[in-house]
Amino acid sequence: MKSRRLGWDALGIAVFVVMVFPVFWMISTAFKPNDQIVSLTPTWLPLHPTLDHFTDAIHRPYFWTDVKNSLIIVCVTVALSIALAFLAAIALARFGFAGRKLFVVLVIGIQMLPQAGLIIPLYVVLARYHQVNTLTGVILTYMTFVLPFSVWTLRGFLLGIPKELEEAAMVDGSTRVGVFLKILLPLMGPGLVATSVFAFITTWNEYIFARILLNDQSKQTVTVWLSYFYGTSRHTDWGALMAASTLTAVPVVVFFLLVQRRIAFGLTQGAVRG
Amino acid sequence: MSEGTSTATAAGTFPLTSRRRRRLWGRVAVPYALIAPVVITIALILGYPLYYLVRLSLQQYGLFELIRHKGIGVGLANYRSVLHDQIFWHTLVRTIVFTAANVVLTMVLGLLVALLLVRVSRPVRLLLSSSLVLVWSMPVVVAVQVWYWMTNFENGVVNYVLTQLHLGSFEQHDWYASTFSQLSMVTLLIVWGALPFVAITLYAALAQVPNDLLEAASVDGAGAWMKFRDITLPILRPILLILTSLSIIWDFGVFTQPYLLIGQSKVTPGNFLMSIYLFEEGYFKSDYGRGAAISLLMLAIVGVLSIVYVRRMVRIGVET
Repeated sequence: MKSRRLGWDALGIAVFVVMVFPVFWMISTAFKPNDQIVSLTPTWLPLHPTLDHFTDAIHRPYFWTDVKNSLIIVCVTVALSIALAFLAAIALARFGFAGRKLFVVLVIGIQMLPQAGLIIPLYVVLARYHQVNTLTGVILTYMTFVLPFSVWTLRGFLLGIPKELEEAAMVDGSTRVGVFLKILLPLMGPGLVATSVFAFITTWNEYIFARILLNDQSKQTVTVWLSYFYGTSRHTDWGALMAASTLTAVPVVVFFLLVQRRIAFGLTQGAVRG
Repeated sequence: MSEGTSTATAAGTFPLTSRRRRRLWGRVAVPYALIAPVVITIALILGYPLYYLVRLSLQQYGLFELIRHKGIGVGLANYRSVLHDQIFWHTLVRTIVFTAANVVLTMVLGLLVALLLVRVSRPVRLLLSSSLVLVWSMPVVVAVQVWYWMTNFENGVVNYVLTQLHLGSFEQHDWYASTFSQLSMVTLLIVWGALPFVAITLYAALAQVPNDLLEAASVDGAGAWMKFRDITLPILRPILLILTSLSIIWDFGVFTQPYLLIGQSKVTPGNFLMSIYLFEEGYFKSDYGRGAAISLLMLAIVGVLSIVYVRRMVRIGVET
């Protein structure tokens, strides 16, 4: 029995190595001096770690502009989406109403639309209203998929708060708005944070729409900036590319680790128990 | 909440006045007021473009028309042109095969990793699940760049490791030389990225399998495979179904990984996947009308594929 457990552990470690290797390799390359990067016999850990690639990456044209664009897009999208979605989630979790099923179908169905299928209509419609190459156009586009996701996830968090609390407050003479402010909002704190962070990550990572809707280099987002990184010269500067990749990934990884436990089952919520 | 209010009103605090009527009306209106902002936003920024998509697909609509904001009606010509396009059918078949390979690999490996997570000791479980979460959180564009670096033919680490393991001579091996090889690299990247979500969800679901049931089966002499087939699998079935349909939908419509990993300059009709075909034919060539027809065909296919998932999730959403 003991030796069998050891066998599983060995396999587990092997899977760990395979999964984690690309991430390790990215970070390791980012800190290596150039001669170790291009060497045909790779060095696993950076021998004389250097920050040169990071300084190189952040001094590339448009890095800071595009980080700023990403942050603006992400913050506005998340703030608007969460505010609107929270209201709709309350309706789903607390009220029965005619058309509720239709609304659920809408919320779930939209999340299944392939993004590529929406490229053409969004581009043409936004072009018509002169919103191509503006951050507003991208924010509106992102809301189409952040909203349904947020409604569904927040609904899940709301279901975890016992109705009895609100009912008791209503009997005690609280108004609906009072219940919302004094009971729902504080209790939903963690759920709102988790959903916002997940929305943040989705928006930060998005690529296709940003690539299509923002043509001007000074208007692009970080992911688009990163995708164009090596396209300039024949010889790719791998060190700088990996440093840039690490920088793009860091905020997302940090946030993700913080909320992963809470949000992991958003998409399959209820299905595990059901 | 509604229970509480109805008793309060029924107790007759208010006579049947306009005030009460207003209150009753208010109860009915509240949920609609709450969903209104989301419904209106979605109608404007998704509903309208979708309606426009149908119109576009019936028009000749290129750059000139984009500037004029007016297309020329051509009936079903766009659809006819797409359905008579050999490239469309080849792309469709390629995408179906590609999707099948990706989904099968993701689901099988995901299930195996989930089962492995149950069996390893606590420190290894912690190590393995942290690595899964780490991979899960990697932005797709970043993952593509790392993959491209690891597999490049000049000094990619993959060629070095494979050569060192005596699996053959991979020095200067170009993984992007043939369509099959290109798409295999994309598959590896996608499976690596999707594995954590599947494995972690299934691991959580495995906690639902009652231990005493497994032990009782062992006492009765059931082997590992029998226990898995007759106890674990039936309990996992609903969640497996959902994960499989989600994977099918995602992999069928995948764009970023193949487009960036194969490289914008190397995508050709010979290695198109559906999203890339749509992107190149519609957006890149500025033939928006024809692109719209392809989009609608693609949306229809994905719509059919997602029926299972949507129905199941809607049932869950309506019940609670």
